[in-house]
Amino acid sequence: MFFQNSALSESFEIKGGDFNRAGSVSTKIKETLQDIGIDSNIIRRAAIASYEAEMNVVMYARKADFTLTLTLASILIIVKDEGKGITDIEAAMQEGYSTATTEMREMGFGAGMGLPNIKRNADDFKITSVPGKGTVLEILIYLN
Amino acid sequence: MDHYTHSLRIDEEKCNGHMKCMRVCPTQAIRVRNGKAIIKEEKCIDCGECITACPTGAIVPLTDPFGELSKFRHTVALSSPALYAQFGREIMPSKILAGLKKLGFDDSFDLAITCGEASLALHTYLEESSGPQPIISNACPTVVRLLQVRYPSLIEHITPLEIPRELAAREIKKKKSKQYGLKEKEIGIFYITPCPAKMIAIKQPAEKSRSYLDGAISISDIYGPLLYAMENVEKDRYHETMEGMCILGISWAVEGGICRSLEMRNSISVSGISETMKVFDDIERGRLQHIDFVEAHSCPHGCVGGSLTVENLYTSYNKILKLIETLEIEQVSVCADYAKVIKRYQENYFFKARKLKPRPIKPFGQDLAVAIRKRKEKDSIYADLPQIDCGACGSPTCLTFAEDVVTGEAKLSDCILKQIPTAGTGKKMKVNEIRKHLHLKKLTAYDHPDMDVTGGYTSDLLSDVIAHSNAGNLWITLQTHQNIIAVAKLKDLAGIIIVNNREPDEETIKKAETEKVMLMGCKERAFQISAKLFNLIDSKD
Repeated sequence: MFFQNSALSESFEIKGGDFNRAGSVSTKIKETLQDIGIDSNIIRRAAIASYEAEMNVVMYARKADFTLTLTLASILIIVKDEGKGITDIEAAMQEGYSTATTEMREMGFGAGMGLPNIKRNADDFKITSVPGKGTVLEILIYLN
Repeated sequence: MDHYTHSLRIDEEKCNGHMKCMRVCPTQAIRVRNGKAIIKEEKCIDCGECITACPTGAIVPLTDPFGELSKFRHTVALSSPALYAQFGREIMPSKILAGLKKLGFDDSFDLAITCGEASLALHTYLEESSGPQPIISNACPTVVRLLQVRYPSLIEHITPLEIPRELAAREIKKKKSKQYGLKEKEIGIFYITPCPAKMIAIKQPAEKSRSYLDGAISISDIYGPLLYAMENVEKDRYHETMEGMCILGISWAVEGGICRSLEMRNSISVSGISETMKVFDDIERGRLQHIDFVEAHSCPHGCVGGSLTVENLYTSYNKILKLIETLEIEQVSVCADYAKVIKRYQENYFFKARKLKPRPIKPFGQDLAVAIRKRKEKDSIYADLPQIDCGACGSPTCLTFAEDVVTGEAKLSDCILKQIPTAGTGKKMKVNEIRKHLHLKKLTAYDHPDMDVTGGYTSDLLSDVIAHSNAGNLWITLQTHQNIIAVAKLKDLAGIIIVNNREPDEETIKKAETEKVMLMGCKERAFQISAKLFNLIDSKD
């Protein structure tokens, strides 16, 4: 049966540079989790992590596929982008490190807190990147 | 499920099922079933938008009638600063307070004075608070409910200080009971309210504790009698009218008033539910950690825009600003005694006795596995719906309808667009053939010359086209706005013929290109082009 699998999976596509719709995917993720009745503090962590990931795509990548997978034990958010990738992941994980342009900073982004913030809100966080191709983020948050 | 009282009641006799309330409700709490509106209590945040939207006056705010006064041995009217904004510039608060006494209250009290003390207490709290940033104001009960329901994770951001009207009522009860040797319950304190939400905050405080207030009377109910009562109030001398007025407190009636009076530069003030939600979204995403304080009002421009006020909100907003200006020019000192406030602050006088709890909505119940299954059902039902949010089913959006179907509150067959068959007549012709015969002008670059046309439908009413056109029809209309594309797409029409040489809006063409809908134009009127198309297809044997 279609509904038997107890995992929920939703996919979204994000376009780079689309500041008008920036934040809409993390809002949808939040609404899905609220619908299901997940604890509000866990929702908030998922919302912050997905918002930061979404903004990274909007600012730096061409496009990305976003998937939310919810099981009885955890929330998994995977973001696969097509973009320039990150050459020095270690540096990018440092608070305050940013390659944002002046325009982005004027809009209040690019404080170099994005990736560290995602890591802080995740129970498990993986990042892999191929320069010139793109970056993959795996954000795992346990429900208990 | 917990039971929640609300400040609104629907008068079934007056309700005609117009659905206007359902469409304006910011939390999708209203449904129309069997032609009557119903409020889903767990979703309602008492904002009062529906009261204003209802054309038949069927949504009644549950404020208290005047007769309630006789239940108490001593009665006090507690006036919201928004009341002062309802009258002309020459009528000062002192006159309004005197007028309230003439109406039958034993005493009247200016809430602005307590608001002023609360401003100073808030200032002190913001300086020493080490909690999450920013702190959110709790002055608007609708905003507090919005946070409980939609932003439960932000509960910790709400100031733990008690709201001025409760502080004032507590203080008045204490003083009056001593003064007159009465029990506290023999003293009735009535809040003169600009909105129904404050009524509910009295009957059912968000912290689920008891309120010190005994009732609320709406500004709109008291306005007429008060106007009359004030005619008999003796005129005070100009300077006497200013005595005891609190400039810090008056400003609580308008958006930004608290922030401005405390010169909190690092703060945000916002009004209106949808704008407030944008700010809360940003707080939730951690984007406003550098802001100290957020003042949010559900009504536009703050309490002066409340649904139970009388005066146009821009006029009343202006009146409050003028009042503040006058007080500034006359150098009326800030009335709250700072030293006294600090002392009381340290004695926890200003803090709420109970903590606020979140109240998240769990439409699919507590069990996670069940909720996941139901959410998937909702998604698959939604994917199959027209997604035009027409509301005819009695749910405000297709998404809420899908939820209502899953929870058993609605049937899938309630969707009118699911009921209409879209079979063609059996006769067919290619689009490019018709275009050639009728000399139609192509208006879109998108083209599908081989598409089969099953006939035509002529109408300028979108809902009529939705109800009666068939798949593969060419739709003849004079409408040029972009909604026609959505209708054509929804009904799988072969294309749209716009009559009379009318030119579609730029947006319409853009949308037609992305949605792949063929737009064509002709110089004929609808009657003539319909006849030609009919002769071409329908009359064919």
